[in-house]
Amino acid sequence: MAMTDEQIERYSRHIILKEVGAKGQKKLLNGSVLIIGAGGLGAPAALYLAAAGVGHIGIVDADDVDLSNLQRQVIHSTADIGKAKVKSAKESMEAINPDVKVTTYRMFVDSTNIRELIREYDFIIDGTDNFPAKFLINDACVLEKKPFSHAGIIRFQGQLLTYVPGEGPCYRCVFKNPPPKDAVPTCKQAGVIGAMAGTIGTLQAMEAIKYLIGKGDLLTGKLLTYDALKMEFRKINLKKDCKCAVCGENPSIFEPIDYEQEVCEETAGRFATRDEQ
Amino acid sequence: MIITVAGEKKEYKEGLSLVELIELEKIDMPEYVTVSINDDFVSSEDKETTVLKEGDSVEFLYFMGGGC
Ligand SMILES: [Zn+2]
Repeated sequence: MAMTDEQIERYSRHIILKEVGAKGQKKLLNGSVLIIGAGGLGAPAALYLAAAGVGHIGIVDADDVDLSNLQRQVIHSTADIGKAKVKSAKESMEAINPDVKVTTYRMFVDSTNIRELIREYDFIIDGTDNFPAKFLINDACVLEKKPFSHAGIIRFQGQLLTYVPGEGPCYRCVFKNPPPKDAVPTCKQAGVIGAMAGTIGTLQAMEAIKYLIGKGDLLTGKLLTYDALKMEFRKINLKKDCKCAVCGENPSIFEPIDYEQEVCEETAGRFATRDEQ
Repeated sequence: MIITVAGEKKEYKEGLSLVELIELEKIDMPEYVTVSINDDFVSSEDKETTVLKEGDSVEFLYFMGGGC
């Protein structure tokens, strides 16, 4: 399928890159990415992927836009408060680029829907805000042989890694099991700088783009950590754990697991106090 | 002896254990921190008994659950 004159103009800064070219841009236009979570990470990822012309973008989120989201979730605006996040996100993405087909899923991911959901996409972005969802997405991607980008952010810190089937460790190789409920604070409990979500979510979009065009080195076998206070990026080498419960030699996980979801509200005050000590 | 901790070379006493390093580095909630030595993960069973040696490179990998 040839690009229209308008597309050639719209994507001219991509097409001029020798790593992208018309061929790479067509790969983006024919590519698909599922973004799970239309929040701090999902917002910049969705905006950049839409602007880049990724042909089909799915976005999953059960929540509505809240005033406290707007400090970082740049895909939503003040007028969107009270609107479903996926609807607000879809409107912003389509406003940037009508080329993109956006599919919305207003729901929580769980063991009953995750495998089917990711199956039709080329690349998955984990932009969720809790460990049960992060392990669920990891296990589903390993089981369905789907590449995905994990990211986590808190305070002035962020991390990401990319899983590609057969090419290195998964999230569970590194972190084994979700921490007990409320043991490790979330960004709701501990706070996060909005620009941190922007930085890390944008890096997730970058990994998706590189995967789709097949250029460059992905963060497979690496954990990229970003400490904004020290302004320090580090890449930590990771090896696959041959004893990993989902991707190891003798796996014990054959279906994604529903771990207990944390309830943020009740514990927010307690963590805020402890974090300051 | 010299050990690299999170990319930074530091001087420690000979025979330093991983448990002692975790204390010296003030690692918060170490039970939820993954440790790697020379790119190999330390299993939770080995965390208590591991002794470090000259030239080791230690990384602490923290849970980060935020995304919201
Ligand atoms: Zn694994």
